Amino acid sequence: MPLYLNDDQNMLRDTARELMGAEGSIANQLRKYRDMECKDGFGHALWKQFGELGLTGILVDEADGGLGLGHVEAGIVLEEIGRNLTPSPFLVTAVAVVEALRGTKLRERWLPGILAGETVAALAIDEGAKHRPEIIEARAERSGNGFRLSGKKQFVVQGASADVILVAARSDEGITLFAVEKGAHGLDVEGVRLADSSIGARMTFDGVEVDSDAVVGEVGGGEAVLKRVLNAGRAGASSELVGLGSQAMAMTVDYLKQRKQFGKLIGEFQALQHRAAHLYSELEIARSAAIKAQQLLDEGAEDAELMVSVAKAKAGRTSALAVQEGVQMHGGIGMTDEYDIGLYMKRDRVLNELFGDANYHADKVARMKGY
Amino acid sequence: MADLDSFRADTRAWLEANCPAEMREPVRDESDACWGGRNAKFKSDAQKAWMDRMAARGWTVPDWPTEYGGGGLSPAETKTLRQEMARIGARNPLHSFGISMLGPALLKYGTEEQKKRFLPEIARGEIRWCQGYSEPNAGSDLASLQTKCEDKGDHWLVNGQKVWTSYADKADWIFCLVRTDFSAPKHKGISFILFDMASPGVSTKPILLISGNSPFCETFFDDVQVPKDQVVGEVDKGWDVAKYLLGHEREMISGMGLGGNSGSLGEAFADVVAQDPLLRADIARFDVDALACPAFDDEICRHRAQQAPPRAGHGRRRLERARMGQRPLEEGQGRPRMAAHQGQFDRGRDQRGPARNRRQAHSRTPRSLTHAALPQ
Ligand SMILES: Cc1cc2nc3c(=O)[nH]c(=O)nc-3n(C[C@H](O)[C@H](O)[C@H](O)COP(=O)(O)OP(=O)(O)OC[C@H]3O[C@@H](n4cnc5c(N)ncnc54)[C@H](O)[C@@H]3O)c2cc1C
Repeated sequence: MPLYLNDDQNMLRDTARELMGAEGSIANQLRKYRDMECKDGFGHALWKQFGELGLTGILVDEADGGLGLGHVEAGIVLEEIGRNLTPSPFLVTAVAVVEALRGTKLRERWLPGILAGETVAALAIDEGAKHRPEIIEARAERSGNGFRLSGKKQFVVQGASADVILVAARSDEGITLFAVEKGAHGLDVEGVRLADSSIGARMTFDGVEVDSDAVVGEVGGGEAVLKRVLNAGRAGASSELVGLGSQAMAMTVDYLKQRKQFGKLIGEFQALQHRAAHLYSELEIARSAAIKAQQLLDEGAEDAELMVSVAKAKAGRTSALAVQEGVQMHGGIGMTDEYDIGLYMKRDRVLNELFGDANYHADKVARMKGY
Repeated sequence: MADLDSFRADTRAWLEANCPAEMREPVRDESDACWGGRNAKFKSDAQKAWMDRMAARGWTVPDWPTEYGGGGLSPAETKTLRQEMARIGARNPLHSFGISMLGPALLKYGTEEQKKRFLPEIARGEIRWCQGYSEPNAGSDLASLQTKCEDKGDHWLVNGQKVWTSYADKADWIFCLVRTDFSAPKHKGISFILFDMASPGVSTKPILLISGNSPFCETFFDDVQVPKDQVVGEVDKGWDVAKYLLGHEREMISGMGLGGNSGSLGEAFADVVAQDPLLRADIARFDVDALACPAFDDEICRHRAQQAPPRAGHGRRRLERARMGQRPLEEGQGRPRMAAHQGQFDRGRDQRGPARNRRQAHSRTPRSLTHAALPQ
């Protein structure tokens, strides 16, 4: 399959580019909600627009009212989100959670709201400071017709504003995912503002009662669901990182063409040209890796997981390079709040952590390769 | 050697007796740094006592001559003092651009009268200085600066703008590069001038940074009158002074990244590092540099003992150090357990009120990179 986009995909990209470049821009979303200290950290009106344009249904089957498209298409939208640092529930709700709901009975309960751009869903997996889905200590004990959940989760993206939270817990049968509704008795949610001004949540489940309908998939079948969810989330996050890095680079190259020192545009200095060229090549490689991973996911390929980790590691390192070079090449101005480049650095820090950082995924690659 | 041994013993005893326990605690945030100045705000009595006791011995500037408020120590003694301070984890008693930047330049280029007037109050932490070098169009190309300084017979008249002036809003005096000859080639018409920030016509405007803090400012000069005896070195030859000062600034910043000279980052985070082989490899690479670089510091120290000016290589060290200072932060950013959630949590934004912002000190790391390209 070719790595370039077909006509439909190009059209989708244009739609997403237009939306994110205008309504989703830094001034209209990120700065606005940051400066008003919004408790959600994103705009519900824009989420609704995602719904009206059908973007929320990219990964939803046509039979369920979606577009029935794939991860490549989700990645196209995420790249534009990344470019504009648009705070949006898209990655977690419309990519990862939709993947979790695929083929389950919970579709009827949650998909309509997601499709409409009204429902926000969260994933509560991580318990420590780092993404370590292998280590889940939250417990699910049988209780009556359902389960009682207890444990702690953190860095739950949009957790403070989610209508439903998919939480991973360990039951006697193994890892199981449960859909817990907002406001459930015994659920404590504390919003925490992260470096990029988004709101993550710390959650405490203190004997939260759910009935058996809340089980996502099979009891004890959580590992398989998690694998699909994480593959989707990681591939999507890779595209967002690529978009973020590409825009950081575009802004920087723009600056190199404006700023003069020593009577020349600083972009004329070879020391900077080499670094910019290196960054450009890295970004092209990272983008290809992300698209490849998404294509493999769409094909249902066995080895998709390897490429997903390659993509997340490569995109993470490259985006980090792009924001570091970006701030540095802007000189003093790069550190000011007035300039956007610093916002890219902050978002990169958080997005690199989401679903596992570059070291985590390099380690996974090594394990999958048998060393 | 015997002399040095007894110096070490005496120093150790004195530090034990005089360094308050609180001043041996690791520096937790910028408010723990003592900057002195006319409007000094001390976080505690211990902080003030520590500065005053060290200043009384001349040990805020151990290697300056005693007649200017220094300790008159030899390079070897100075190093011994630093080692003994490091041994008990003693904090730097006084952070000061006066000490790290202006002082060395005054010692070399100042008149006797200027040295007597300015150095002792720097050593005692009474006057806080800021650095007026960069302008909107003179960053890396510093020598293209345009701030105008005219000879008005009985005074100088300064007009223009500086930018990125760290702590200009908190400083008492400024050392400033100005153009005194607009017809000469750019490096030739520059002078190095000192004046009081309280002079009529000086104003500052803090700049909000991505950290949420405002450690640096735009600084404006509108018909500022400066007494004639406040130019350092010869008129129109300020570039020599400026470069000499930058050599010392580089040395200062190159020492900033790590608390001491011999820390092992991995050792400090052994339990976390053990769980993450790739992080362990990253940190081990860092530790190799952290342990190798002090050898170069010794070399710089020997070089200075011969009173030689800083060499180009020391700028290189400055860059390495800056990078190293940055790396633990980068490692930490992804690893909140290691760096107290440094990266993911929004410390700057959480403390965003303007009043509090002003009290926040600077984030030094990114500057170290932008400064690295300054011309020699
Ligand atoms: C935290 C911080 C504190 C500061 N404090 C002070 C202070 O107290 N007083 C003061 O006077 N100044 C201060 N500065 C300013 C600092 O000295 C300047 O930022 C620095 O000189 C770079 O200038 P600039 O910001 O104009 O960047 P520019 O000179 O515009 O540089 C932009 C980019 O181009 C690169 N570049 C420029 N020329 C070349 C070249 N010839 N070859 C290759 N690359 C090149 C630079 O490395 C940089 O990446 C501070 C800066 C920071 C970030």
